[in-house]
Amino acid sequence: MDTGLLLEKTILVLIVFAVTLFAAAYQTYMERKVAAWMQDRVGPDRAGPFGILQPIADAGKLFFKEDFIPANADKWLFIMGPGIAMFTAAITGAVIPWGPPLEIMGRTVSLQIADINIGVLFVMGIASIGVYGIMIGGWASNNKFSLFSAIRASSQMISYELAMGVSVITVVLMSGSLSLNEIVAQQHGMNWNVWYQPLCFLVFFICSVAECNRAPFDMAECESELIGGYHTEYGSMKMGFYLFAEYVNLFVSSAIIAALFFGGYNFPGMDNFSGNTLAIIGTLVFLFKILFFIFVFMWIRWTLPRFRYDQLMHLGWKKLIPISLINLVISALVIAFSYGWFNSKPANAVKSSEVEDVAVVSVAQQDNSFKTNFNN
Amino acid sequence: MESLSNRRKVVSNKKMSFVESLYLPAVVSGMWITFKHIFKKRTTIKYPEEQRPFAPVYRGMHVLKRDEQGRENCTACGLCAVACPAEAITMVAAEREVGQENLYREEKYAETYEINMLRCIFCGLCEEACPKEAIFLTDRIVPTNFDRDDFVYGKDRLVETLDHRIDVTNRQHTGKRGTK
Repeated sequence: MDTGLLLEKTILVLIVFAVTLFAAAYQTYMERKVAAWMQDRVGPDRAGPFGILQPIADAGKLFFKEDFIPANADKWLFIMGPGIAMFTAAITGAVIPWGPPLEIMGRTVSLQIADINIGVLFVMGIASIGVYGIMIGGWASNNKFSLFSAIRASSQMISYELAMGVSVITVVLMSGSLSLNEIVAQQHGMNWNVWYQPLCFLVFFICSVAECNRAPFDMAECESELIGGYHTEYGSMKMGFYLFAEYVNLFVSSAIIAALFFGGYNFPGMDNFSGNTLAIIGTLVFLFKILFFIFVFMWIRWTLPRFRYDQLMHLGWKKLIPISLINLVISALVIAFSYGWFNSKPANAVKSSEVEDVAVVSVAQQDNSFKTNFNN
Repeated sequence: MESLSNRRKVVSNKKMSFVESLYLPAVVSGMWITFKHIFKKRTTIKYPEEQRPFAPVYRGMHVLKRDEQGRENCTACGLCAVACPAEAITMVAAEREVGQENLYREEKYAETYEINMLRCIFCGLCEEACPKEAIFLTDRIVPTNFDRDDFVYGKDRLVETLDHRIDVTNRQHTGKRGTK
């Protein structure tokens, strides 16, 4: 195997992992600050200037707490629960294209750990495995509140994954590729998917709030009803892992929303830059978009009260799934009628800067007609 | 039927329309409200650095006053103990000896005077009962402690010292006294 490739991937893995964990730690701080501001309070401001050492203090506290395993708990599953939660949360970052490729010493270094051609499927699959962390943790605790929470979490996640999957299919239909790298590359400049598929974005966004188990869909945690839900019996850093995994999930979901709908590292006027400058600015733009969506997630959490369980199911099955299905069918029909049923180049493919076809001009005209059709 | 309080409201339980059942308009308006609050003035008072002034009628830890010449006002009449609804005050009276005129204003004084701060409800009735203006509730807070016994305050902690007089002028001009 190419040593250079191995080295660059290892470094990239370490960087992405470190950035994810750092972001997760500081999201706890941001969450508390945002919550405080929205409630006319100041928030944590004692540990260090403006309280920026608060996450470190929290982590230190969790490490020094007693690592307790209840007598009737299934010991190995009890330990495995937070492990799975953390693992599935962190691994999704592997397929996200963090920026345009860098040029280092004559090598083109892709800022994506694994450009697998089924990136979107990978994300969906890992998101489904993520529910096991909660289920196993809730079951192994041998506590009825934890079990209730695990049941709620799994049914909620399964329900919302359907609508999420359908809205992802719509995006895939638009771009004709399952590779996240390809999907992002096609949204060059301001050619973002959200302009074409706002409804799809909305459904996807709502579903990812539900997938992250955040308010107003935090049925699994329910501080007030289930006394913390699946992490009732957890303490010390195992509890910390669950909380951490939740914030890593939040970070990754924001990254995926930004990549699928808001052009990832693409920004208007990006043609004026090239090479490493573009790569660095692109990555910063991507991180800024992620930050924005994290803020929106928090904003929603501190605005809305929790849904009742029946309202949750009602919204998932009777509203989001039909809406996303209808949206899918309409998008499919529009694409089919503008490009022909068996056109090998799907709608957004021509938007890609990487397509170097002589036929680009003619297809681009079709592309424009498609856009006008779709806007009508 | 006319409601007694005049505050009756008829609540609408009509079925939600399709748009309403998506919750989106309500969500957006709610988010607008929380967003506006980000820029509002914070109501937090950062305690150790910034302290709120007490109200002039605040009733905190008691003080046993001395007069201008530094003599204890208290004559151990026991009216405060009788008035106390929580029975927090006990005292033992003693007669003033010759040569103690500079210590005690009246001929009888309190040899011991104890207030159990855990029993005390800080109602201020002792203060109102006192005919000698000897006991006052101040704006000082009773400090926390680990032992119950340490909450029984004797004369050592109740009587003001000569070099550190407790100002109760605010207290003397509130409530009933203020209207005199």
